[in-house]
Amino acid sequence: MTPVESSASPSEPQVASYLGGPARTGSRFTFWLGLVTLIGLATVAALGLLAVPADDVQGDTVRIIFVHVPSALGAYVAFGLTAVGSVMWLWRKSVWWDVTAHAAAEVGVLLCGLMLVTGMLWGRPTWGTYWEWGDVRLVTSLILFLVMVGYLSIRALGGDATSVATRAAVVGLIGAVNLPIVNRSVNWWANRTLHQQSSLTEGKLEDLTLFTLFLAFVVAAMAICWMMVHRFRIGWLERQIQARELHEAMAARRAEAGR
Amino acid sequence: MSAWTGLGGFVGDARLVAAKDLRIEWRARTTLGQVLPFALLVLVLFGFALDANRPTLRLATPGLLWMTVLFVTVVAVQRSAAVESADGARRVLLLSGMAPAAAFVGKAAAVAVQLLVVEVLLVPGVVLLYDAEVESVPLVAATCVAATVGLAAAGSLLGAVVAGVRAHQTVLPILLLPVSAPVLIAATRAFADGFGTVAVEGWSWVGLLAGFAAVNALVGAVVYGPLLEEA
Repeated sequence: MTPVESSASPSEPQVASYLGGPARTGSRFTFWLGLVTLIGLATVAALGLLAVPADDVQGDTVRIIFVHVPSALGAYVAFGLTAVGSVMWLWRKSVWWDVTAHAAAEVGVLLCGLMLVTGMLWGRPTWGTYWEWGDVRLVTSLILFLVMVGYLSIRALGGDATSVATRAAVVGLIGAVNLPIVNRSVNWWANRTLHQQSSLTEGKLEDLTLFTLFLAFVVAAMAICWMMVHRFRIGWLERQIQARELHEAMAARRAEAGR
Repeated sequence: MSAWTGLGGFVGDARLVAAKDLRIEWRARTTLGQVLPFALLVLVLFGFALDANRPTLRLATPGLLWMTVLFVTVVAVQRSAAVESADGARRVLLLSGMAPAAAFVGKAAAVAVQLLVVEVLLVPGVVLLYDAEVESVPLVAATCVAATVGLAAAGSLLGAVVAGVRAHQTVLPILLLPVSAPVLIAATRAFADGFGTVAVEGWSWVGLLAGFAAVNALVGAVVYGPLLEEA
């Protein structure tokens, strides 16, 4: 047995112990959460596509709100979490927050992409164009999406975990502080918005539509939680593996030196 | 009294770093020999892209000029970051004992000076090539200063973020260009007023540019220290 192997075996349970459980990303809780989320998604799809009546003005295109609005809200919550995580890393060097910021950024980019695609699909029949430059929220979201893709590209470069965390945190922070300025500039620039005003607050939606939308919010929240937990645990395990590799290398050098 | 001494030391340190960067630039002649020809080349190519249509070019002048400045910013920031990457210069900066915020202000100031030189030559460039006419010199000058400070601050900060990572040449534009979107929008609108192509309130856009510059300079001054330690 080489020194590396001999030092690896005893630290195996140590990796698992960081999570207080086995070294995998699922648990009994996430299994049931995932199952309920899947049932919820199927219910929203069935209600949204079959049960909910078509809108008087928008027709069948209104059904896209069950995906568009929850993913928009989810994306902004996720990016907010990335911003908080970035600050907490820079301020307190909290690994927990760093891994959370990374996980939230990935989930946020996914949801933001979903929001943009569904927004464009809705825009084509409604506005007559996939992309409307005059829409402040759409343009601002696209810029935010691009900034966060940059955040993930910094993360993807790899290297020393502490260094990557600091670099990414600064990008996350810059993205967050510039967001109000981006929004303001796009707002003045477009000087008008075509974006659908909130249908919720104007009380325009039918009861069943409203119910389905709220159900979609709940299901989206569960789906985000499920993705976040798994992605967080992957990031956390990655950190443990890196720490263990360093520990093993040190042990190997010491063994070579005969100490 | 001590606060003034501290401020004097801060400004002195920042000036040292800026002078060092500008001296290196001057000796290498990168701005004059490569960045300026590059900027002029972009102006000429935009002319081809828009089919040398004079009314279109005149209308698009502010946007084309600021797109060129954005490209130049990427090049200038890459140069500025490369200076610190070679020979462990960043470590020396860290060990010099000066406040990281002062180093950041110095680096950003050096980039800003280079960008201003390019802009001073680009404005006559668009007047000659695109038939543009400057109607309000104060507005155009104020826009250049406010936009340049913002670009230099955001650029120097992101330049430090990517310093030392592999593929930093490709990552920097991905990070810098989306963040610079407000500068492109605001400076283009202010120039449209200054060039008289579109009737807009140019000075309120200058205010937005100043806000962008202040926010990014502040963030840069705060987080430059941790970034220096990581690279």
